[in-house]
Amino acid sequence: MNWKTFYALLSRDGHVARRNLFPTLLQNLLQPLLLTFVFGRVLTAGGMMKLGFKDVLLPGVMAISMVLSGVQGVAMPLITEFQFTREIEDRLLAPIANGWLAVEKIVAGMVQALVAGLVVIPAAWLTLGSGVHLSFRQPLEFALVCLLVALFASAGGLALGCSVGQTQIGLMFSLVLAPMMMFGCAYYPWSFLAAFPVLQWAVLVNPLVYASEGLRGTLVPQVPHIALWIVIAALAGIDGALLVIGLKKFHQKAVS
Amino acid sequence: MGISIRIENLRKVYVSPPPSAARGAGFSFVAQRSAGSKEKKKKYEVVALDGISMEIHAGEIFGLLGPNGAGKSTTIGILTTRTEPTSGRAFVGEYDVWREQVKAKRLIGVVPQRPNLDFALTAREILLFHGAYFGQSRKDREERAQRLLEHFKLTDRADHMVRGFSGGMMQRVSIARAMMHDPEVLFLDEPSAGLDPQTRLLLWEIIRDYNALGKTIVLTTHYMDEADTLCRRLAIIDHGRIIAQGTPPELKSSIPGGYLLRLRFDRVPEELAASLQALPGVSEARVKDAAGVDLYADRGGPLISGIVTAAQAAGVELHDVHIAEPSLENLFLHHTGRSLRD
Repeated sequence: MNWKTFYALLSRDGHVARRNLFPTLLQNLLQPLLLTFVFGRVLTAGGMMKLGFKDVLLPGVMAISMVLSGVQGVAMPLITEFQFTREIEDRLLAPIANGWLAVEKIVAGMVQALVAGLVVIPAAWLTLGSGVHLSFRQPLEFALVCLLVALFASAGGLALGCSVGQTQIGLMFSLVLAPMMMFGCAYYPWSFLAAFPVLQWAVLVNPLVYASEGLRGTLVPQVPHIALWIVIAALAGIDGALLVIGLKKFHQKAVS
Repeated sequence: MGISIRIENLRKVYVSPPPSAARGAGFSFVAQRSAGSKEKKKKYEVVALDGISMEIHAGEIFGLLGPNGAGKSTTIGILTTRTEPTSGRAFVGEYDVWREQVKAKRLIGVVPQRPNLDFALTAREILLFHGAYFGQSRKDREERAQRLLEHFKLTDRADHMVRGFSGGMMQRVSIARAMMHDPEVLFLDEPSAGLDPQTRLLLWEIIRDYNALGKTIVLTTHYMDEADTLCRRLAIIDHGRIIAQGTPPELKSSIPGGYLLRLRFDRVPEELAASLQALPGVSEARVKDAAGVDLYADRGGPLISGIVTAAQAAGVELHDVHIAEPSLENLFLHHTGRSLRD
């Protein structure tokens, strides 16, 4: 393992991310924050939603931001770099085994997802106004869930970025990301799906469910949520599977 | 020291389209659809290299010459760790390029056929990060990058994003990048394709200068003159096989006669072919089709009167004569029956 090269690859991604910081933040944050404002502020103030909805919404919006930033930070650059211009070639020729470049992409994506997630907390808190009851009494559990969600976002971005072509980006958003966000329990706790038993079990294949529920369990434990140990086990399993798929797909893309 | 390259019985069969060209680079997990369940899935199989072996000596400029699709880029791809060989082995120095990729990668610099610059960076950053990937210290890489930018006349655009560069400028950045870590072996895949004549001359000078430092250079080309003037030794590739190998003069002298006269008549009766074959200095008269004969001979112009006489004697009309001096083009034609441009 060649740490100098690994660090140089990481600093290249850091450099590019810093250069695009503002547009990237806008891309990842604007949509969730608008949503937070409309559903969490406008509709609650008008009495259409109960005040407690604010607590439900914040962790969900945080999960969505993290996942979106993983796609934005890993999948989109990979799709561009692997297209016919092969911009990634220079890094594939760097003196380090190709797999480490994929690992580097995952680390860079995790950092981006964590930043996006942690920025959302104060931003959403401000947007929601008064009446949000956040708890920070489980810092270790919160940190672990955040790391697992970031890894899910990043490894998922790798798998997606190596499976999707430039022409299918629109399709990726409407076929993969939109249903994932709608059925990801981001806007409602999983227990609320009890009225739709089939759906309630079906959404359990959606990793975002565990991300939302896990953040809910650690940030707003007063809201009903799936038990933390289930969330952590599920996220760990999903992360492992996505890592294996992502690395395999990366290798297929990298070498002809 | 100089690094040599050895290729042993290399074969490459592509069983799927190259990743960048895969079915519009679509969803790879759904794209394997066949046209219908009854129809058998079409098998994709392209033999790009069909058992080639060769040795490239340390410190020489070696050329791979052949038409498009001959297997030149695949050979470069394997030698630069970017393509997995189906069978056979390739060594850069003492390292097996597939098994000891990282060690091999340290020795090589690659200039690709199409510029694959990192479009998220400026020209200078491309060089600086490339140096960093190879573990150069900050001071080291800043100095080297500046020197290369000056050498390649890129200083005034050094801090611009490369996506706005012209083709020639991108090519220069690509070469500067490949030289950034001072590799022992430099691979250039069709380096002069699409360059204007002036830039081409500059490129040749750069290649010769780099070679003068004792570095091994491997380039592919389909330009005969480039191979002829630049390369110390050549391998001519067609359909994934090496059809001839040697120095340019050796290769040229291997064509019977050296001169090639391409003749067109209104028809070619047998006695005409026989009397052409009997002309002084003619080593081979090859009847191409109903109206064409290729004459390999040790002279060109002086044969014309004899050809005209033979045509008149056979009652045939001579339509066209084309004389080609000894060249690699003729060599290619001799071995494959096709012109390089066909």
